[in-house]
Amino acid sequence: MTLILDGVRVRQRGETWLEDIDLELPNGMTTLIGPLAAGKTTLMRVAAGLLPPTSGRVVVNGRDVTSISVRKRSVAFVYQQFINYPSLSVYENIASPLRLDPSFPRREIDRRVHEIAEIMGIGDLLDRRPEELSGGQQQRTAIARALARPVDVLLLDEPLANLDYKLREQLRADLKDMFGGSAGVVLYSTADPAEALGFAAPTVVLGEGRIQHVGDVAEMYDRPPTLAVAATLSDPPLNLLPGLAHDGRIDCLGVSFPVPGERPPAGRVVLGVRPHQVTIERTGPGDLEFPAEIRLAEVTGSATFLHLLLPGSRHLVAQLEGTRLFTPGEPATAYVDPGRVLIFDEAGVSLPARPAAEADLHG
Amino acid sequence: MPAKASPVAVAAGTRRQLPWARTVFWLYVATLMLPLLWMFGMSIRPNEDILGSFALIPQRVTFENYQTFFTDPVWYSSYLNSIIYTSMNAVLSLIVALPAAYAFSRFRFAGDRFLFFWLLTNRMAPPAVFLLPFFQIYQSVGLFDTHLGVAIAHMLFNVPLAVWILEGFMSGIPREIDETAAIDGYSLPRFFVRIFLPMIRSGIGVTLFFCFMFSWVELLIARTITSVNAKPIAATMTRTVSAAGVDWGLLAAAGVLTIIPGAIVIWFVRNYVAKGFALGRV
Repeated sequence: MTLILDGVRVRQRGETWLEDIDLELPNGMTTLIGPLAAGKTTLMRVAAGLLPPTSGRVVVNGRDVTSISVRKRSVAFVYQQFINYPSLSVYENIASPLRLDPSFPRREIDRRVHEIAEIMGIGDLLDRRPEELSGGQQQRTAIARALARPVDVLLLDEPLANLDYKLREQLRADLKDMFGGSAGVVLYSTADPAEALGFAAPTVVLGEGRIQHVGDVAEMYDRPPTLAVAATLSDPPLNLLPGLAHDGRIDCLGVSFPVPGERPPAGRVVLGVRPHQVTIERTGPGDLEFPAEIRLAEVTGSATFLHLLLPGSRHLVAQLEGTRLFTPGEPATAYVDPGRVLIFDEAGVSLPARPAAEADLHG
Repeated sequence: MPAKASPVAVAAGTRRQLPWARTVFWLYVATLMLPLLWMFGMSIRPNEDILGSFALIPQRVTFENYQTFFTDPVWYSSYLNSIIYTSMNAVLSLIVALPAAYAFSRFRFAGDRFLFFWLLTNRMAPPAVFLLPFFQIYQSVGLFDTHLGVAIAHMLFNVPLAVWILEGFMSGIPREIDETAAIDGYSLPRFFVRIFLPMIRSGIGVTLFFCFMFSWVELLIARTITSVNAKPIAATMTRTVSAAGVDWGLLAAAGVLTIIPGAIVIWFVRNYVAKGFALGRV
């Protein structure tokens, strides 16, 4: 089973929501990740048939379904909001797509509803109405309804985004098991890098209505091809610092270091540093040193986020392990291992000279 | 040990009691109820007592007036007429307004906002404006003096109101529910009946109530476009002056009976109306 989006473009009220979407999704799960307003929901709606594309085609199993009504398609959709039929019981909610399919006899419907409800952990809530359930249970009901009928295309649009942290963790683990042996195209959208990395499925990065990159999510995290991909997959947000490349070296805020490997063309560059790669103690002899002033320390328990002010009014966030206490206004030194710095040219394309993170630079 | 205060006492304690609140309340209720009680008092008295003496408590109680009402075909048939065309109007208005409100709430089409506003402007015109056209048209198409004729005439005012109220309720329901139903494979009519209508049933209750209320109390149009067969009760009540003078008792009995259907409808929709007010559409 495949889902192909061919040259899909969506324009609404003079704004471009999606542009040049060419995508081939194989059987099994694919993750769609992108920041807010990247066009994730629009893409999902086009794939489902809820929104006709301005131009382009949607092809399922080799059949062009662009102009076929969503009522006639074999799709299921789970929304970020918990959408259930409030006037029906949980049982009837899950059974609803099966009831409309004449190929399911009553007994088979009953069996499937109980089976899927058990898997989703709502087996004892079947007589309740959706409004009597907690948010997590409501979303489980919505997912159960989407899974009840075997479909060609299952779309989940940030299904866990409105849940609280603990429920999210738990449901994510459940979903991971569930889609493993799925017999259809599953497209799962999220804005949370941890979710995408956790599913470890083929991943599509979407940004500003365009596909930024398609590939293996772990590889994209380690060697982001563009700044947009790096920023999308970084949580907490990527620190960005300006730099200037010349003669095989990069100058950055008064610090200069040699670029290992191939020489980048001279010119402005952008350096991306993940917060957990910034330390306030020296870790190696080659570390870049930035004099800084402490502005704020956010303690979350397992980590402390230290907000630093670098020369030139640049902000840098360091993620330090454990609970650490700092006094705002005090000076500090930020250390960054140059081997782990991501280097992008002005257009945001990763410079090919950047060595793999594991390469030994300190030699 | 401090005495345990009951939760009720605590709640009452936090609310400041105005010294005259109770008195003012009952005074208000009495003012409201007095005409109604007076009318009820009149309806169970013979005419001589009504005209002859002024008494709060009737000396002689009689149900003759009600008996006359239910045995004289002029009276009871006009009472039935009003009930028939009012019910017809409520049902027809709802049938027309439900799809219209759904379209206004769910679809964007050319001129939709103007159309929505234009619908409401129909209510701004005084009913008298429509008297002559209705009279002439009904004469020529054979709707004159029919229940259906009155029901349709009242739709001119009730459909805009119904669309307005229903649109408010429908827009409160997320569009994603419609989409989920489409994905599940519901056809539009099936979705409408099985999923959508149960979700807006309080809106339907409120709409029925307002349609009923307007149609039940409207006199001018209903009287003009009827003569005998569909004559409304209110019209009959204005024509009780005979050679023997005004039949006060009978008129009062008719008045009491006219209030009853409205009271019944209000009883059924009282909770829904509160929701409608909360939505700001009533």
